[in-house]
Amino acid sequence: MVQAINLALHQEMEKDDRVIVLGEDVGKDGGVFRLTEGLVQKFGEERVMDTPLAESGIVGVSIGMALYGLRPVCEIQFSGFSYQNLHQIENHASRLRRRSQGRLTVPMVLRAPYGGGIRALEHHSESREAFWAHIPGLKMVIPSGPRNARALLISAIRDPDPVIFYEPKAVYRAFREEVPEEEETMPLGKSQTVQEGKDITLISYGAMMRPTLEAAQELKEKDQVEAEVIDLLTIMPLDDELFTASVKKTGRALIVHEAPKSFGPGAEIASRIMEKSFFHLEAPIARVAGYDIVIPLFAREDAYLPNVQRIVRAARQVLSS
Amino acid sequence: MPRKEIKLPYKLERLSILDEKGKLDKSLEPDIPDELLLKLHRAMLAARRFDERLLNLQRQGRIGTFAPITGQEGAQLGAVANLRPDDWMVPCFRETAAEIWRGKTMDNAIIYFGGFDEGARPEDERNDLPIAVPVGSQTLHAVGLACAMKYRRKDTVVMTFFGDGATSEGDFHEAMNFAGVFQAPVIFVCQNNQWAISVPRSKQTRSETLAQKAFAYGMPGIQVDGNDVLAVYAAVKEAVERARAGEGPSFVECDTYRMMMHTTADDPKRYRSEEEVDEWRGRDPITRFQKYLKAKKLLKDTDIEKLEQEIKGEIQSAVDRAEALMKKLGDPLDMFSHTYAEIPPHLAEQKEELSQVLTSDKQEANHG
Repeated sequence: MVQAINLALHQEMEKDDRVIVLGEDVGKDGGVFRLTEGLVQKFGEERVMDTPLAESGIVGVSIGMALYGLRPVCEIQFSGFSYQNLHQIENHASRLRRRSQGRLTVPMVLRAPYGGGIRALEHHSESREAFWAHIPGLKMVIPSGPRNARALLISAIRDPDPVIFYEPKAVYRAFREEVPEEEETMPLGKSQTVQEGKDITLISYGAMMRPTLEAAQELKEKDQVEAEVIDLLTIMPLDDELFTASVKKTGRALIVHEAPKSFGPGAEIASRIMEKSFFHLEAPIARVAGYDIVIPLFAREDAYLPNVQRIVRAARQVLSS
Repeated sequence: MPRKEIKLPYKLERLSILDEKGKLDKSLEPDIPDELLLKLHRAMLAARRFDERLLNLQRQGRIGTFAPITGQEGAQLGAVANLRPDDWMVPCFRETAAEIWRGKTMDNAIIYFGGFDEGARPEDERNDLPIAVPVGSQTLHAVGLACAMKYRRKDTVVMTFFGDGATSEGDFHEAMNFAGVFQAPVIFVCQNNQWAISVPRSKQTRSETLAQKAFAYGMPGIQVDGNDVLAVYAAVKEAVERARAGEGPSFVECDTYRMMMHTTADDPKRYRSEEEVDEWRGRDPITRFQKYLKAKKLLKDTDIEKLEQEIKGEIQSAVDRAEALMKKLGDPLDMFSHTYAEIPPHLAEQKEELSQVLTSDKQEANHG
């Protein structure tokens, strides 16, 4: 995924001189996860800006650049450091279009690695996508693998609205996938059915797609259950058309995310299913999620994060009720 | 080799050209064409009268809360008069005078304070950003705009306004720091009006001046008598020229005073003395400037009377137009516009839902 995102940045910067990359350590160092490697050598310090260590500054300056017609792609080193810039996004980036009645727009992308699973330091493993998804005027995108990460990032850069692009860092180097050299884009706001099935709908995104797919495989092998698996890809706006149609077909739904359960994306998804597919439901909607606690240090991280066993068990419960 | 003084390339100055009594320091008098001097005077007077009229409208419940600018006309207009139309201005929320100078219509100001988002839309020919309410947050947008101009090899500059309170905010420091590091063509204009709501300047910072903060970020800083429009003009002119010549950002502290309340929702009598306000009344930027213009034989009392009448008519027309327009605005469904470039399905659904609510309300009202 690291290479795929890097490829997207290279190709998009080559194509469009409005694209500027800025953030902490994105230049010489190529980013702490090497996402921006090689960019400064190719495009120079004017377009790949190593900034002072100041998250609100990075985002506020990106807003100004976007208002001038550039396409800034800023990197926040870890999503846990985004709280310092949350107010710039909430107070300005997300609403300048509205406030100026369409006269001013903020076509920027905020990239940040998020989530657990890599035994990182404190404040490096949170999954707070609901914060962003709750802000009107923003789009919130989370890819799950190299190919969709590359395609979605290009679409995010070209999108006329501000996009928060969360990268599941547990997936950065977890597996390989063929990514075509030629350009590929994916529409924002659309989810994907990654596996068809008729018995239960499993809805997930980001790093949780891996255990969700493994759980689907186990359900098939051990329980002869055909699960339909949906990868959300965009958290805001939600593609409820896809998952509510799926639930109409299967009658059962299980949502999987690593964000804390309360007020998490699963709550919104469950509500939409209730609103749009209630009479097709054959069992209560279930959620497998992170607990409503501070994500523990890495010794207990595995117990915190949803895993295949938890997903399989929850799915069996939904299937048996 | 123990302790040694580190020589810094900065010295701090305070600039004052026209004193409270209208006495001029000839050696510092800026070379401003008569026409611009008169334009500045007219704008200051119009801003004062407009402010008074807004307060009157607010007290009558015809508009909502707003932040009066009385007392700060010299600081705002002396600064912004240095900009070209293709430069950008990034205001905070107390720059009505500067905004009108830049081409914002009084109509739009009234509409905005009257509660309609439409009033925040910058006119098409105007580059400036809408007002920013979160204190200090806008200074970063100015730096981003300036970085983008530099990248595009433009000779335009950005001027951003903020108050003494903003210098306590992290965003202000981040903006100054970014501007210094990237040598962005930004002019930071601080209107130190002595009060951040009820907190005095002395409780905002322990530093002797606000201007000296510039040095920590590697840019020149200067303090000026903010009620002396000539001094503000001259100091900001230097800063604009520096920025335009690619020599980076500057900081100008305008030492001025907010004569009225923070916003119409607060009562300054709770926290400051009448004596203090009276003292500043004696330093009024408009009367001082009028003395100067009269001494220069550019202005007579009869001219001022005529001007007052003109301005009164102008404001009245703006009020009439704005109030007529506000009667026509206000379709609640408009609030769904401009959230995204294209309305996503969930918002289209919510808009439809409100539309049905409104229809039912209307039907019930008709039958009731």
